Amino acid sequence: MSTRRIFARPARYAAIAPYLWMALFFLVPFGFVLKISLSQTAIAQPPYTPVFDLSEGWEAFKGAFEQLSLENYRLLISDNLYILSYLRSLVVAITSTLILLVIGYPIAYGMARLPQRWQGIAMILVIVPFWTSFLIRIYAWINILQHDGLLNRILLALHLVSKPVVWLSTDTAMYIGIVYSYLPFMILPLYATLAKMDRALLEAAEDLGASPRKAFWLVTFPLSLPGVGAGVLLCFIPIVGEFVIPDLLAGSNSLMIGQTLWLEFFTNKDWPVASAVAIALLLLLVPPLVLYDRLQRRQVEGRR
Amino acid sequence: MAHTVNRLSRFNMTALALGLAFLYLPIVILVIFSFNASRLVNVWGGWSLRWYIEFFNDRAMLEAAWMSLRVAAVSATFATLLGTLAAIGLARGERFAGRALFSGMLYSPLVMPEVISGLSLLLLFVALNAERGFWTVTIAHTTLTMCFVTVVVQSRLASLDRSLEEAAMDLGCNPVKAFLMVTLPLIIPAIVAGWMLAFTLSLDDVVIASFTTGPGSATLPIRIYSEVRLGVKPEINAICTLVIALIAMLIVAASFASKLSSSQGESAAPL
Repeated sequence: MSTRRIFARPARYAAIAPYLWMALFFLVPFGFVLKISLSQTAIAQPPYTPVFDLSEGWEAFKGAFEQLSLENYRLLISDNLYILSYLRSLVVAITSTLILLVIGYPIAYGMARLPQRWQGIAMILVIVPFWTSFLIRIYAWINILQHDGLLNRILLALHLVSKPVVWLSTDTAMYIGIVYSYLPFMILPLYATLAKMDRALLEAAEDLGASPRKAFWLVTFPLSLPGVGAGVLLCFIPIVGEFVIPDLLAGSNSLMIGQTLWLEFFTNKDWPVASAVAIALLLLLVPPLVLYDRLQRRQVEGRR
Repeated sequence: MAHTVNRLSRFNMTALALGLAFLYLPIVILVIFSFNASRLVNVWGGWSLRWYIEFFNDRAMLEAAWMSLRVAAVSATFATLLGTLAAIGLARGERFAGRALFSGMLYSPLVMPEVISGLSLLLLFVALNAERGFWTVTIAHTTLTMCFVTVVVQSRLASLDRSLEEAAMDLGCNPVKAFLMVTLPLIIPAIVAGWMLAFTLSLDDVVIASFTTGPGSATLPIRIYSEVRLGVKPEINAICTLVIALIAMLIVAASFASKLSSSQGESAAPL
């Protein structure tokens, strides 16, 4: 035991550099987002007021404090655009997470039932697309879904449709893109819990007269819930703030919150409103983030 | 076998096959059409390398590719260093003040929407009056990708048999020496995997790079993204195929390296 304690001290010293790095580049920036969300936009460099500058003396610094206001948040609540994109993000994230679960579960289940030596290969096959660029995968779908793309050609050739279907710039295309991009994130945690499961439990259930279906719902599914939780969080949280997929695949008449933030920042150059949107989005994500953090800690550290 | 519940049913097999087809088919189609001679993206005009030649004559694209490769290599190296140190702290540091905050800061960027990370880093750089360009993107990517490295290395460290380290220390090694001589060789495959993951993630990122880069220093994904918004272009297929080939080569090299170092074990998935 004591050797462990001796080991612990240099290990803690090792953590100092990454600790400071993450504090400076992950934690501190949220302070700036919060501060600028309370500022007003201005035609200046940087494009907001007030600017805190200690070199202009203490009085000016204090004066700047008094200029902060909740004006941007009032705008978020009063303007339909923001509320609607908020709701849309939630709806899209919940719907696609459910689709991912329904598609991912049978795949993970199939993987866990493969003979042992095939399982490793199946896992690599699921991980590899995650390593190929995400943007490339979305682009690949634009190829397939466009007006004279492969999907319409196949549908026409099979006489399933009489004229090309519009796929691009629809919610269907967006959901395909999201499911495609996030599928590995759903499969891997599910597979991890399913593969660990003691198969004798299922055999016992069968011996006691349960049908395979009943054994699944009474034994397998409840035991796989930790994996379901991890997969759901791993997909839900980033999808809420997704920007690239809806921007490239969905139509432009209703925006997700990530798109609204992007629009405010890059098109309207309204940094304070963009910051307020970011803070509002972050508040929404705090409960799932806390849950996820707890799961992740248990998963990485509980393996020993 | 009397038990049927644990057998691989036809339904399982079909789900698996369809799932893998869904994952791979779009990429295969993209690669095939990058060799298409026709300008029309979906009409097959025979095999040709003309879009690759087009890419190698496209100055702006090449510059962006070069910028991306440099950012990816430098940020992945920083991220591997910092991420490995963080993993050691978490896996071997036992309890210490601020540990929960530390792991929280390392785990939340894994799922944090990129628009938030990008915006907050940009506001920091503006407040620090940093000139935006290569270094700001590199720092931003280091911050994001070191968290992935931490998770990969930490799960390897957690699954390692600690009695090896303890034996080395009982035999008179100090902790640092025990780590360098016993633990480090065992976690090298995870560190290599972490570097590669960091490299690919950096090479892939549009959103954070868009926020943190400055005028005149676009990365490859930013360029691809702005082209893709205007529609499908065969040249983009060629570039994407080159990126896929590069990453595939890295994966093969890394798995070869991890086979060479005998310590394969149940190496952690990159999640």
